[in-house]
Amino acid sequence: MSDFAASLATAASLIVEVEPRLVQTVLLSMQVSGTATLIGASLGLGFGAWLAVARFPGHAVLVGALNTMLAMPSVVLGLVVYLLLSRAGPLGEWGLLFTPTAMVIAQSLLVVPLVAALARRLVLSALAEGGDQLSSLGAGPLTRAALLLAHERYGVLTVLLTAFGRAIAEVGAVMIVGGNIDGVTRVMTTTIALETSKGDLPLALALGIVLLSVVAVLNAVIGLLQWRQQGRGAPAEAWA
Amino acid sequence: MKELQGAARSALASLRPPLVTLRNAGVRYGPQQALQGVDLTLRRGDRLALVGANGSGKTTLLRLLHGLPGAGGVQGERVAHALTAESGETRPCRFAMLYQRPFLLNFSVRWNVLVGLWLQRPPGMDGPARAARCHRALERVGLASLAARRARTLSGGQQQRLALARAWALAPDVLFLDEPTASLDPGAKREVESLIAEFADDGVTLVMSTHNLGQAKRLATRVAYLEAGRVLADLPVDRFFRGDELPEPARQFLRGELPWTT
Repeated sequence: MSDFAASLATAASLIVEVEPRLVQTVLLSMQVSGTATLIGASLGLGFGAWLAVARFPGHAVLVGALNTMLAMPSVVLGLVVYLLLSRAGPLGEWGLLFTPTAMVIAQSLLVVPLVAALARRLVLSALAEGGDQLSSLGAGPLTRAALLLAHERYGVLTVLLTAFGRAIAEVGAVMIVGGNIDGVTRVMTTTIALETSKGDLPLALALGIVLLSVVAVLNAVIGLLQWRQQGRGAPAEAWA
Repeated sequence: MKELQGAARSALASLRPPLVTLRNAGVRYGPQQALQGVDLTLRRGDRLALVGANGSGKTTLLRLLHGLPGAGGVQGERVAHALTAESGETRPCRFAMLYQRPFLLNFSVRWNVLVGLWLQRPPGMDGPARAARCHRALERVGLASLAARRARTLSGGQQQRLALARAWALAPDVLFLDEPTASLDPGAKREVESLIAEFADDGVTLVMSTHNLGQAKRLATRVAYLEAGRVLADLPVDRFFRGDELPEPARQFLRGELPWTT
């Protein structure tokens, strides 16, 4: 219990004192995971929307594979990216291993299946409601999917938040491809892992609290944006 | 005398150009034969009402006439005729459809109409022309003052009027209506019905499915009765409601349904 109290106090002092190294770590975490979410979203939304409307032999197998990828352990994905980017790997020439770019690549690959699977589900349920009427207006399959993603834009925002949450909270992939180099590739989760291994549990817990606070603030901003866009209902509804 | 008038009307009707022809057409959804052996010609200016019990194939026939994709396995022949202008130019027939519950995108009222125009891309119509057409369509259904409102905040009747504006903006030759007033209150029903009548007066060909035989009487010039996926009768409205030319199942349907309508 005292550990929790100490961590809360440490977290509060870290936030209040605006410790430069903490700020750098938080900013790098946000930058890596934010970029990975944007890249993963642009690929995943397109792929998921296409899967919702496309019909071809092997479609069910592809959907099954996509859903299986949801359970991909981040450490395994990190290992695959590590093998690709390592000096002896096929992309070793690029010299990206142990850089933030490598971390972005790993996290992008991690969130693509998540965004695609959720976007597919979102488009499928909207298609059941209005797909026929959009066909009647002359919309082809991909246009229908794109329109329905725009129609469900608040749902898409929630998908992006989920993807960002998955990216910023994972530790396995960034640890392997980033190397947890102080001041270069050290992000919040890898710092937490390091401090835990060093036995500084209050600091590790405090960093966890900071991480959750960052995501909570982001969530609140997006919730408020949704509420203002919708122009009705209580702010709490936009979180639902 | 009446027979002569009827014959004259039939002869005149056959002079109007055909828009869609079905020959021995059918639709199958998996093991279920939803429609079979339909021979029907839709001509310009027709106001055809499809009546029959739930599951008789009315909506499937609407979708087949419309040529909507995904109508299941289609058998027989469906021909959508091109229209020839006085200049001799031909163009494909334009279709639009109104559903019992319109699907409106989570955009503004104006954007819902503009999306339809953007999807159909009428030839020679640029952005300002599309905006003007959209405004006229909204004015026509009395929603111009609500153009900036979010479409999904409209009442049921207003939503159906917006769907009508979206259809009207596309300048369709044929408007398909799938029980267009079934989920509306009496006031909204009257409003939507009078707008549909205005469309028809402008020369738009109507095909509507309805359970409301009073509505069929008011709006249609021709009524087809469906049962178990077959068209059992297809007659001008006066002869249909006289009933003496109808097969027994259609007469039973009329006897069962008419007391419920006014």
